[in-house]
Amino acid sequence: MEETMIIAKEEGKRERLEHGPEEPVIRIRGLYKCFKDHQVLNGVDLEVKKGENLVVLGKSGSGKSVLIKCLVGLIYPDAGDLEVFGRRITELNEEELNEMRKKVGFLFQNAALYDSMSVRENLAFPLRQLKKDMPRAKKEALIEEVLDDVGLSDAIDQMPSKLSGGQAKRIGLARTLILRPEIMLYDEPTTGLDTGTSHEISDLIIRMRKKYNISSILITHDMPCARLTSDRIVMLKEGVVVAEGTYKELEGSDDEWVKSFFY
Amino acid sequence: MQQSLNPIRRAKMRVTQKRSELKQFLYEAGNLVAFAGQTFREIFRRPFEWRETLYQCYQVGYKSTFLIGLTGFIMGLVLTIQTRPSLAKFGAVSMIPGMISVSVVREIGPVITAIICCGNIGSRMGAELGSMKVSEQIDAMEVSAINPHRYLVVTRVLATTLMIPLLAIYADGIAFCGAYVAMNIHDSTTFRHFMVAAMTHLEFLDIVPALVKTVLFGWVIGLIGCYKGYHARRGTESVGIAANSAVVTASLAVFVIDMLAAQITDLL
Repeated sequence: MEETMIIAKEEGKRERLEHGPEEPVIRIRGLYKCFKDHQVLNGVDLEVKKGENLVVLGKSGSGKSVLIKCLVGLIYPDAGDLEVFGRRITELNEEELNEMRKKVGFLFQNAALYDSMSVRENLAFPLRQLKKDMPRAKKEALIEEVLDDVGLSDAIDQMPSKLSGGQAKRIGLARTLILRPEIMLYDEPTTGLDTGTSHEISDLIIRMRKKYNISSILITHDMPCARLTSDRIVMLKEGVVVAEGTYKELEGSDDEWVKSFFY
Repeated sequence: MQQSLNPIRRAKMRVTQKRSELKQFLYEAGNLVAFAGQTFREIFRRPFEWRETLYQCYQVGYKSTFLIGLTGFIMGLVLTIQTRPSLAKFGAVSMIPGMISVSVVREIGPVITAIICCGNIGSRMGAELGSMKVSEQIDAMEVSAINPHRYLVVTRVLATTLMIPLLAIYADGIAFCGAYVAMNIHDSTTFRHFMVAAMTHLEFLDIVPALVKTVLFGWVIGLIGCYKGYHARRGTESVGIAANSAVVTASLAVFVIDMLAAQITDLL
């Protein structure tokens, strides 16, 4: 399984190289965010190119989740430029922000499934709200397709409380994919899962990226997940990017703090 | 350590503490007003969530009928049993239906219904939205470009605003039945005769202000329940706090509105 994942990753890289240099879909410049006395982000700069998967590594409280929440307007930054598809997030009005959000999928740490709805209703809900003109049959077909993508067609009538952690993450991913996002933001997608399930989620992330040509930012502590899914890694320490490179480059770093993640 | 402080220093500390509590209260009140304003604005924005509003009306209205009905029946029964001896002393037993109708329609029916709904519906909304907030379901809606305020808050507030007046009317009706049963313990009267006697004492100014009052009760119960849930802090403990706070604040708001309504009605 690991081999297929590595092959998929290599193919993705080759495809991107064949298409030449891509423009950044996300650009962050000098991002600052403070909660009361705690400075969480302290001038973060980073870019994500089209089709690229950027992994953000860092210890708890280093501001990783805050960073991606700023990107979708869940948290308002104190200072800095946040550009998604070339548009500044902080300058968008509510309607423009919602238009942008339709192109950005967000997988929450605990999947955040609507627990009063079944799996089918969880997947139908965004379509019912945002694709009102779509025929019912097409919505049903889309639901079946994304469930098939995440390998959980059998769970369609189950309630979220009956799902395991890994299944909930898959359904959460399916719910975001159903809107065909161009960017995916993953907030610790493998946290709390066993090694096997963690591998499956990493595999799923690679496959979905390949199938839908998605650019992504993935927040994680899980090094195997970072190794499998990343094109590039940035490392956050006390709200600042302290290291950047491919998995291999960072693995060979001389910096003790960087090395502590790999060994 | 506090005992070792001199009285002036202690008084200063107390003033600082009270000032901070006042600041917090004003901050909460301001937030609640802003929340109410946003809810009011969102009602008129399209698309309107008919389906969810109807579902919430079912949850608030239909699912409360047994509790409200039982409470209403006991309310009419107890009120009649306790009033009868006093009125009997003056030979005014025939006034019982009139007295019951005025007190139930004007005051007891709306207030008891609202208090029951604070406990039943306000707490449910506080806990439900609090739980959704804690488990990031509200954030998930927001990042999917779905307006959670319109979908979750507006629908619930409208449901309570529409359903609580209906529940109060229903409670009044059942209370009359309870009063009729209590009347027949010592006296014998027909239901028709009882109802005619009850209705002849009711006036326009008994019914309309009571109805307007229940609409306001419905609005604040829904609004406070949703506000407390929507602003729950992270952590499971906050869900319980949100539910509890929703009941306490909404009950207090019901009594304040009732007091103001009584003063305004008195002026009419």
